Amino acid sequence: MEKRVTFKGIWLPLLLVLPQILITAVFFFYPAGQAIWQSLFIPDPFGLSMQWVGLGNFEFLLSDPFYRASFLTTAIFSILVTVVSMGVALYLAVLADRLIKGSGTYRTLLIWPYAVAPAVAGVLWLFMFNTRVGVVSWYLGQLGYDWNHVLNEGEAMGLVVVASAWGRISYNFLFFLAGLQAIPKSVIEAAAIDGARFWTRFRTIVWPLLSPTTFFLLVVNIIYAFFETFGVIHTITSGGPQQATTILVYKVYSDGFVGQDLGSSAAQSVILLVIVSILTVVQFKYIERRVHY
Amino acid sequence: MATLKLDNVKKSFGKTDVIHGVSIDVNDGEFIVIVGPSGCGKSTLLRMVAGLETVTSGEVQIGGKVVNDVEPMDRDIAMVFQNYALYPHMSVFDNMAYGLKIAKVSKDEISERVQTAAKLLQLEPYLQRKPRELSGGQRQRVAMGRAIVRKPAVFLFDEPLSNLDAKLRVQMRLEIKALQRELGVTSLYVTHDQVEAMTLADRMIVMNAGVADQIGAPLDVYANPATEFVAGFIGSPPTNFIDASLVDGQSGRIGVRPEHIELSDTGRITATVGYAEALGAETLVHLRASDGSQITVRQDAALPIPGEGETRGLSWADENIMRFDASGLRQ
Repeated sequence: MEKRVTFKGIWLPLLLVLPQILITAVFFFYPAGQAIWQSLFIPDPFGLSMQWVGLGNFEFLLSDPFYRASFLTTAIFSILVTVVSMGVALYLAVLADRLIKGSGTYRTLLIWPYAVAPAVAGVLWLFMFNTRVGVVSWYLGQLGYDWNHVLNEGEAMGLVVVASAWGRISYNFLFFLAGLQAIPKSVIEAAAIDGARFWTRFRTIVWPLLSPTTFFLLVVNIIYAFFETFGVIHTITSGGPQQATTILVYKVYSDGFVGQDLGSSAAQSVILLVIVSILTVVQFKYIERRVHY
Repeated sequence: MATLKLDNVKKSFGKTDVIHGVSIDVNDGEFIVIVGPSGCGKSTLLRMVAGLETVTSGEVQIGGKVVNDVEPMDRDIAMVFQNYALYPHMSVFDNMAYGLKIAKVSKDEISERVQTAAKLLQLEPYLQRKPRELSGGQRQRVAMGRAIVRKPAVFLFDEPLSNLDAKLRVQMRLEIKALQRELGVTSLYVTHDQVEAMTLADRMIVMNAGVADQIGAPLDVYANPATEFVAGFIGSPPTNFIDASLVDGQSGRIGVRPEHIELSDTGRITATVGYAEALGAETLVHLRASDGSQITVRQDAALPIPGEGETRGLSWADENIMRFDASGLRQ
């Protein structure tokens, strides 16, 4: 049973949530409202006049092959980032869970990348893979591989995926490790006595018991890949070559602030708003029924 | 079904020795209870037999085969854990069938074996339920069922009843005993509860700080404790210990069980009555001897209850005296 605190009047609870409501209003409702409003107009580049176009911006977007291509790019990008960051994190968490000594050190080291801002992480990776002075690209050159993510679309995508996933591994690792450690040791021992070897145990006991954590991370990582990777992409590829790494959120920026097509940019924001709302609803619905098995 | 043998088994964690060499020959079908206070190493000993802890030195043999380096799954054992360790995402049926499925037993046989075990444990109506939908006692039964269906050579029980309430514990204790008799499987049972040990064991191992102080049948251990620790640990209320110098001028300590002391006007020693607990069938009288040591006397409820602050004599028969030397060994 959930315990509820009951307030006598309406004023105290209202006062208590007021700061949060104010912050949400200033940083979410107001700009979101503006975006919705602006998406119905085409303003001139200097912002001096606006022309009402109704849903014209949306109609144009949905029939624009570049915008649809960006959808596909986003899907590929976010799936790759999610799979790579969660896969590596789970692998490391399983290793750390088996450690008896020094797991604290190991954990601390693995958490560090999370403290690096995405844009800074992007620059770090850019330096390593710079086609002229990058350490990694130099070694690849020694091995006979000509690395050039400025021209090669696949390499560009690979680089932004790795850079984005890298910062995320820490976060996922922490959750996976906590999830693994929440599984009672005796359950694993019981399975071992029942004859299950490591992989069987992992498949039939650990993985199912970890599924609430996995699902939570899946949603959170997709949201991350959709929205928070802007800094990485901006510093490493600026959406290029061509449009190869222009994900939806980057296109909002480049169409709006570089291309000065503010109406279309606002319409794109609205579409993103809908997507993130759906993802959030999925996540909340899930978190409400926490017990999964 | 098999014999079990521990030969000078020792265990150290780093530099800390936790088990200082335990040896026992367990006969086929025998019920052995390892009893001792928490931290005495009894669970570690059991886990070494299970293969969940490595053996530092000495030998563990199951069915005449040394199993020191054999994985738990290949030792032909089944274990019941204190917290049951049921698989929370599986139904009762799947919990019991898990080991058999891994052993690639045919579907018909799995279902037959699980049904038989469920019938034995009165779990038939619950086979499709998840563990969280069961009561503590039912979970305990599922854990036992999981052990039974595999038909192991040895059952290992790690404090299986300590998470149950008092009434259920008594009931499950009887059931475990009956079940073990019926199946005739060699069993090793760890508990800190000396009543459980007394009622369940064919023989018991009384552990004290990593040493098996005494191994023997419950009543023999009760009647003839080998050390002061065993005399104090087995029996409730515990044995009274009195400095021998107070009684007959000798060195060491004297142990007398509460039921062997009688209150009288004069006695071997005198003591001041503290308080009395009337339990209905019997009365426990707590006294304080002249040197300050606590003494408990267990007397029939029909006898008069002495008043608080009275001084009474304590007497007991010579054959009920247990003498221990300064190191706690029986003389």
